[in-house]
Amino acid sequence: MSDTSIDSAIRGRSLGPVLALTWLLAGCAAPPPGVEFNDPHEAQNRAVHEENLAMDRALFGGGKPDRKPFLPEPVATSLSNFASNLDMPGSAVNSVLQVRPGPALQNTLRFAINTTIGVGGLLDPATAMGIHAESTDFGETLHVWGAPEGAYLVVPFAGPTTERDAIGWVADLFVDPVSILVGAPEAYYIVAARLGGRAADRQLYGETIDSILYESADSYAQMRLIYLQNRRFELGIETDVFDPYEDPYGQ
Amino acid sequence: MASNISRRHLLATLPAGLALAHLPGVAGALTVGEARALVDRVVDEVNGVINSGKSESAMLRSFEAIFVRYADVRYIAQSALGPAGRRASKAQMAAYIKAFQGYMARKYGRRFREFIGGRIEVSDARPLKSFYEVRSVAHLRGQAPFRVDWHVFDKSGRDLFFNIIIEGVNMLAAERTEIGAMLDRRKGDIGALTADLTRAG
Repeated sequence: MSDTSIDSAIRGRSLGPVLALTWLLAGCAAPPPGVEFNDPHEAQNRAVHEENLAMDRALFGGGKPDRKPFLPEPVATSLSNFASNLDMPGSAVNSVLQVRPGPALQNTLRFAINTTIGVGGLLDPATAMGIHAESTDFGETLHVWGAPEGAYLVVPFAGPTTERDAIGWVADLFVDPVSILVGAPEAYYIVAARLGGRAADRQLYGETIDSILYESADSYAQMRLIYLQNRRFELGIETDVFDPYEDPYGQ
Repeated sequence: MASNISRRHLLATLPAGLALAHLPGVAGALTVGEARALVDRVVDEVNGVINSGKSESAMLRSFEAIFVRYADVRYIAQSALGPAGRRASKAQMAAYIKAFQGYMARKYGRRFREFIGGRIEVSDARPLKSFYEVRSVAHLRGQAPFRVDWHVFDKSGRDLFFNIIIEGVNMLAAERTEIGAMLDRRKGDIGALTADLTRAG
């Protein structure tokens, strides 16, 4: 694979802090084969999950249908569009780091269209044109470079992640052109917009998220399963296929 | 696990007629075309329901009918229950499967409601292990298209789907986790689990 040559090319140029983080990952253990998840911090994770649930309940109503929405729907959609448009330059840079020129171009084109015709990203004409986001992040870049997933983690506010993805979040601060190019106070507005985007997404996908958080017998276990399976799918990791003829229980 | 593997190997050594029924791509067994045709029918019906403009309760009834007709409900229910099923009586199992069917229809029917005004398109079908995978793409309004895979087999003697995988999230795995947690709450009492299922979803 070309992964190793990319790896050495980048090392040669010394990306400093990002690489220091990459090496941290050498300590991440790969899950043992046949095990669906690697969750050695489960007790701690469950405690954080409970805190996140309490916060979610306070902000978003805890799955009660009569709860008034946080934001009017058009505002939520615009906020979500704006925040996801802000992520496009970072996605484009990561696509380059992953040596994926197609997605890099697509993300750049999308950012250009939505920032101009889409009124600074409030609207999303690119999706209507069929130019979809190839959203990516430094967590994926680390995966492409061969870093293992590491342990499953639940962090305050943001929720489920893995050791690799959490390191990716930190690294994204160093590679995201938006964060790099703007100074204070704009940088704070951008952080606020991203938080607003998360809140808007929470509302827009409210029913589905409510059903996982508040209707599951064990919402922690459901979140872990859904997060890890979906993340591995995004990263293109082939997961073990469930074979019904090897299932001792379904007769 | 060793016994499961040897059971599968056993299938391969069984007399031809019996064994071939379980091998993909063999005459007489389920074919790629048949697996695809099954999912085409399911998708047609789902598309019909999500664009019918019916009331929510009418849609949920339609989804339950589709689920019963095209999914191997018995297999999915037993697989989700896991080893606890072995100590259940026939009557307990029948009641559990019936409750599970309603629970699944309500739970996933409500999720499919988000597909209203959208459409699903079957894109590809291929053999996978001992069954078939039919890939489809869901196109929802204002959203990037996403992948929905259907796993189809004929273990029951009819072509039915037994798993749906939405953007990598596996329905059977999610239901094993969920039913397992519900059963733990009831300290392994299948009757109590069945009663809970009639209210859940």
